[in-house]
Amino acid sequence: MLSSPKVNDFVVRFANVNGTGSASANFLFTKAIFRMGIPVTPKNIFPSNIQGLPTWYEVRVSEKGYLGRREGIDLMVAVNPQSMLKDVADVRPGGYFLYDSSKKLHSEYIREDINYIGIPLMHMCNEAYSDARQRQLFKNIIYVGALAALLDIEFKELEGLLAEQFKGKEKLIPMNVQALQLGVDYVHKNFKYPLDIRLERRDLLGDKILMEGNAACGLGAVYAGATVAAWYPITPSTSVVEAFMDYSEEFRFDKINGKKNVAIVQAEDELAAIGMVIGASWNGARSFTSTSGPGVSLMNEFLGLAYFAEIPVVLIDVQRTGPSTGMPTRTQQSDVMEAAYASHGDTKQVLLFPSTPKECFDMTADAFDLAEQLQTPVIMLTDLDLGMNDHVSEPLVWDDKRKYKRGKVLTAEQLDKIEKFGRYLDVDGDGITYRTYPGTHPVKGSFFTRGTSRDEYAGYTEDGGAYKRNVDRLTKKWETSKTYVPAPQIYNKENKSENGFLFFGTSQYSSEEAMDLMKEDGLIFDAIRIKSFPFTKEVEDFINSHKRIFVIEQNRDAQMKSLLMIELQADPNKLFSVLNYDGMPITADHIINQVSKVLSPELKQV
Amino acid sequence: MTYIRPKFRHPQLPKNNLGYTLAYYEGALSTLCAGCGHDSISAGVVQACYDLNIEPHKLAKLSGIGCSSKTPAYFLSNSHGFNSVHGRMPSVATGANLANRDLIYFGVSGDGDTASIGMGQFVHAVRRNLNMVYIVMNNGCYGLTKGQDSATADYGSKNKSGNVNLFESIDLASLAIELGATFVAQSFSGDKAQMVPLMKAAISHPGFAFINIISPCVTFNNNMGSTKSYDFVREHVEATSTIDFVPTMKEISVDYKEGTVKQVKMHDGSVISLQKLSDAWDPLDRQSAMNAIINAKAKQEILTGLLYLNPDSQDLHSLLQTSDKPLNEMGEKELCPGNDALTEINAGLR
Repeated sequence: MLSSPKVNDFVVRFANVNGTGSASANFLFTKAIFRMGIPVTPKNIFPSNIQGLPTWYEVRVSEKGYLGRREGIDLMVAVNPQSMLKDVADVRPGGYFLYDSSKKLHSEYIREDINYIGIPLMHMCNEAYSDARQRQLFKNIIYVGALAALLDIEFKELEGLLAEQFKGKEKLIPMNVQALQLGVDYVHKNFKYPLDIRLERRDLLGDKILMEGNAACGLGAVYAGATVAAWYPITPSTSVVEAFMDYSEEFRFDKINGKKNVAIVQAEDELAAIGMVIGASWNGARSFTSTSGPGVSLMNEFLGLAYFAEIPVVLIDVQRTGPSTGMPTRTQQSDVMEAAYASHGDTKQVLLFPSTPKECFDMTADAFDLAEQLQTPVIMLTDLDLGMNDHVSEPLVWDDKRKYKRGKVLTAEQLDKIEKFGRYLDVDGDGITYRTYPGTHPVKGSFFTRGTSRDEYAGYTEDGGAYKRNVDRLTKKWETSKTYVPAPQIYNKENKSENGFLFFGTSQYSSEEAMDLMKEDGLIFDAIRIKSFPFTKEVEDFINSHKRIFVIEQNRDAQMKSLLMIELQADPNKLFSVLNYDGMPITADHIINQVSKVLSPELKQV
Repeated sequence: MTYIRPKFRHPQLPKNNLGYTLAYYEGALSTLCAGCGHDSISAGVVQACYDLNIEPHKLAKLSGIGCSSKTPAYFLSNSHGFNSVHGRMPSVATGANLANRDLIYFGVSGDGDTASIGMGQFVHAVRRNLNMVYIVMNNGCYGLTKGQDSATADYGSKNKSGNVNLFESIDLASLAIELGATFVAQSFSGDKAQMVPLMKAAISHPGFAFINIISPCVTFNNNMGSTKSYDFVREHVEATSTIDFVPTMKEISVDYKEGTVKQVKMHDGSVISLQKLSDAWDPLDRQSAMNAIINAKAKQEILTGLLYLNPDSQDLHSLLQTSDKPLNEMGEKELCPGNDALTEINAGLR
């Protein structure tokens, strides 16, 4: 038994078989907690498979609003015999193990230090339903009902969610409510309830939303005015374009003429996908693609062309565990180096690092402005954790006065006023030159776009001087881009410590939690969250003004640390890596553990 | 560049309906080898665009990498050009076309660019029936890297180094028909009279219009034993038909023997008049066209002319039902749903 009752602070893990309809039941569980005003964060831990393999869904409830992953399972809902041995082992001492007691639990599954809650799910289903599919689906709903009783989930929230889910198919509602009730009744009759881990309604979420990052990216692209999307299916990025398609059905379909203000092409591979984006952007349409690490590898050739020929590209990279095919359904932040210098020769690419669904939305929209203003690829590095899991997020907002920033594009009238158009002529001294869309002017403004070296007037040249002038101008443009990209988030206005945390993307959640927990032990840290590459002055200043920087990232090779060393000449002796790369989202415990090791001499003095 | 093309032109040069002379359609001076077949094709493009009264800036020329892919610099200097990366022109053309359906997309590629490194992109552009002209300047070898065999080199053909090709060649025309191309033609760079009307018809065709043009490489593949040398091609070329292209619906003035001319009306009202030289096949029938190519190949003949045409072609925009207004002309008003819609979306996520 637990020492003290825990209200709104526990982790439940569901061990399911994929393809059995458990996802919607598990989401019902999460959403009901969300509706009770309690911070909640679910994580899908799923196989690269369609049907029949183990899949887990882990839900963390945290009154304090800690939305990173936490080790230690307080309650395991084990409905998959395949993984049961591991599932039993994963429960923390004193925790609970809910299982289908239709068959007696074999002795090898018995641990003395955990509590067992046996519910005969299969028997109950067989008794209540005759249809095989129903028996399978309602098994999931019954355990949600049982959890409602065990954990004090408000039944009306579950009912309300079912009513919304089955809007238009109302006859399914009573059947589902009945299944929930079966679970509730069984618990009421057979167990002491609620458990000592339980829920209590709060009002901690305000107007926050629960959304997947990928959906927010797709929606952001709609709002940003993307009209051409080209993609190749790859986990975990597929749902970005799928969301874009769904929202386009709603917002880009002209009901009067039946035509679409968008063109979406499933390409033959990632090479073609980004080629299409380049063609469309070159021709003046806002265009994007999304992929994951293996796709970025394939896109390297075209990313070099877009960098060198100066064509806007928006690329959303939902990172997964590499290298090669790696663990396709696990998360990592391991494409940082690949993306930063994507393609051969001297190339540098602009990167964005969102960490919430709202930022996925905002940064996707901003990426189109940036790409067109800077006339270069902008790669947004999100990850599987952010993209494919629901996250509590600030609501999405759009400023209706906002105009798309299309960058330096000359019209026919403007061309008439200039004597000679030079596509790569640095007129403004910021390294960003003027471009024209094909078809603008009968005799002025045409030019040849190429990946070969060219002079200021886009003429092919093998003159080393002209080549150098061009690539030096690109360096100038890179410097200019520092004034365009989003600045980092600095946590303390004034430095409070000689130690600083540096993190980006989804490492934010557990990093903030770690700082909070260490603060309780009297250890104060400053912190910076990087939102973009190139690094702005603030990043350099933050590093320079601290004795130790803990660079927290989710890859083996400390890629962000390397980037800081390369780009800012940051002293490696003051950069301490906190790394997590097992494919699971980083936890606060892990960070505290790693940081403490470095600081342990000091801690001993305290 | 060593050579500068004289700008002076005779003031009395004829002009087309737009008031432009042929010179207006020219590009920079070619840097290809003297006698290269590709230059004749460039001249064909100039002629076709002049004849069709095309505004050069309303045409975008795209290419990959290789000798052939250099040629867009040598015609239509008032058109935007895009010399992309090796074998990837079809994807760039696809994106460009989706962005603005109102321009003409003129793609130029070579046998290496299309039949090897770019094979994947080529076949998928065909499948999608992208509205573009796609010309392959086919010489059976890699010129820029000094004469290696390409995938279109015929089995048994001998290259300049004396090596005999051990592999089967890829026949791009029959491949395109197989993949569902809606306009497939074949020609020879030495036959401008046939090539120009084919190009004009291809430009007017609303879908993927493919022309495979045998264009001998004078430097690396014009030797004895090569099946892509000028001499070999001249001896083995067999014109399937003569064609005439009439841009708008009007009386056909071409003088053909009655009963031998087939007129095909295109979607935009233009007409292709086809005078077949053989009754053995029907260019409006896919299977018949395939058979004709296979039969010719067995006899070591190179069929030229319009091999296959589907006059009911539906291009990618029709298939995707994209708006008639080019996507690149749309702004916030048409594209951004606004904050009220977002408020509703937020509500659905709570």
